[in-house]
Amino acid sequence: MNIPEELKYTKSHEWVKECEDGTAYVGLTDFAQSELSDLVFVNLPEVGDDVEAGETFADVESVKAASDVYSPVTGTVAEINEELLDAPEKINEDPYGAWLVKVENITDTVDLLDCAAYEQLLEEEA
Amino acid sequence: MKLIFEKGSEGRKLSILGTCDVPVSLPEEQFLRKEAADLPQVSETEISRHYSALERRAHGVNNGFYPLGSCTMKYNPAIDEEMAALPGFTRIHPLQDEESTQGALEVLELMEKKLSAITGLDQFTFQPAAGAHGEFTGLLVIKSYHRDRRDNARTKIIVPDSAHGTNPASAAMCGYEVVNIPSAPDGCVDLDALRAAVGPDTAGLMLTNPNTVGIFDKNIEEITRIIHEAGGLCYYDGANLNAIMGIARPGDMGFDVMHINLHKTFATPHGGGGPGSGPVGVRKELGCFLPGVRPVRGEDGKLHLQAPEKSMGSMRSFIGNFLVVVKALTYVTMLGREGVLEASRNAVLNANYMRKQLEDIFPAAYPVTCMHEFVISLDELHKETGVSALDAAKALLDYGIHPPTMYFPLIVHEALMIEPTETETKETMDEAIQALREIYQKAHENPEALHQAPLKAAISRPDEVQAARKPRLTYGMDA
Repeated sequence: MNIPEELKYTKSHEWVKECEDGTAYVGLTDFAQSELSDLVFVNLPEVGDDVEAGETFADVESVKAASDVYSPVTGTVAEINEELLDAPEKINEDPYGAWLVKVENITDTVDLLDCAAYEQLLEEEA
Repeated sequence: MKLIFEKGSEGRKLSILGTCDVPVSLPEEQFLRKEAADLPQVSETEISRHYSALERRAHGVNNGFYPLGSCTMKYNPAIDEEMAALPGFTRIHPLQDEESTQGALEVLELMEKKLSAITGLDQFTFQPAAGAHGEFTGLLVIKSYHRDRRDNARTKIIVPDSAHGTNPASAAMCGYEVVNIPSAPDGCVDLDALRAAVGPDTAGLMLTNPNTVGIFDKNIEEITRIIHEAGGLCYYDGANLNAIMGIARPGDMGFDVMHINLHKTFATPHGGGGPGSGPVGVRKELGCFLPGVRPVRGEDGKLHLQAPEKSMGSMRSFIGNFLVVVKALTYVTMLGREGVLEASRNAVLNANYMRKQLEDIFPAAYPVTCMHEFVISLDELHKETGVSALDAAKALLDYGIHPPTMYFPLIVHEALMIEPTETETKETMDEAIQALREIYQKAHENPEALHQAPLKAAISRPDEVQAARKPRLTYGMDA
């Protein structure tokens, strides 16, 4: 299972890339996409929407199930990855490249895991 | 197989229609289409053969075992159809003078009495056309109740994670916020989580019982007490009523509102053979909020259709899918009090028989006595052999068996949900058990072959991913 060292993770299997300008990219981990299997639909918030740490901000659907995606941070949606709306398979192909949203004005964060802690979580869940 | 659009030829048509003997009246010019519709042009023989061929490629309860969990695909007795075809039921209209439809109204009155005896709830509406429609109606009753008391702070509906997926959806449709609470390790509602979730903002609880893993919640009376003490109402999803008919009544457990799927529990055709019917029952005090009109016996001894005093309005035209109610009434009348009880007992017995017989290879997700259905997890088989619940389900098609419900509930990995129903024989169940055993063996010997299944079905395995990502939902006439 691919778990890049430079990213932070949530217990609900999202990854966060914290940028130097205070913004953050959020996506689904390799484990999440492999559990969900082939994604067929992605529902993203709109630019300008507020997201809240620990609350759902998007949902994804595979042939197996529909699943909520939880925001690791509180802030405002600065950008969404519109490409995913037409090509949800990009999340399966490149989970760490296929970010869902970029969040700015971040005021709060859930407890994030580093690569080692996330790896341990996956082991416990397996 | 060719589609109906690919058959026939230009100008071919039926010649059996007589000449029109009433004046022709066309809509206004602006509503007339400019070009003729591109309809199939086929002979009656071609149509008849086309649909017979489609029927042969489908799978119904008349073709074979259909253990589709949560759907109660039991045998639909032929006499139900016979009764529903009586001209006194088919050649009437809801706008006809009540005096001339007393028999039909009596069907509703009688069915309400029977459902009331089975559920312990007092009044029913037959307007909802299906289960989820019933949920939506029942929640609107709850909303009407709180609104009537001017208690507008109740904005949340509590839904355990072992509920039917339609429960949170219905609550959201009603404008409620859904509070999801987890199951305890035994598959029942986590009481501590429930206690923590209730408050002055609780409008109610929606409980599917027996729940989606086939377990009757042992704390059910405590659950309804917690909700009532918080000022909420309790909604019972009656989709799994087939397990408890004549044995336990939701009204006695403290529930205020419920829906019943006549098309499941009361043996009327569904799953393409519909339509459905999802009557909603309520306690007497909530009867004033029910939608539509209900037959009420007046002082003249006759039945009259009346709207309840504070009715929410109408959920559907007239009195719902009336002929489904005729079929269900026939079914329940033929069974009688003892038969209803026996149906549920056999449904539970059959499910437990299959559960036990499969235990050594496919252990149930919750290894306790189940109700009318049970859930097995193929997680271990999947990890060992790569054969998934989907592969096993597809392989069952080659045995002439309709697959169980797959990947539901979500709380069980690689789930298959099996509901044999009471109308299956031991031999039929033994064949299905044998089929699952062979699939288990094949998974270890030749998993690759199972990824290709089905091989003998009407169509090979569809590409579900492409079908979802790039669906083609209409026939391209010009293509």
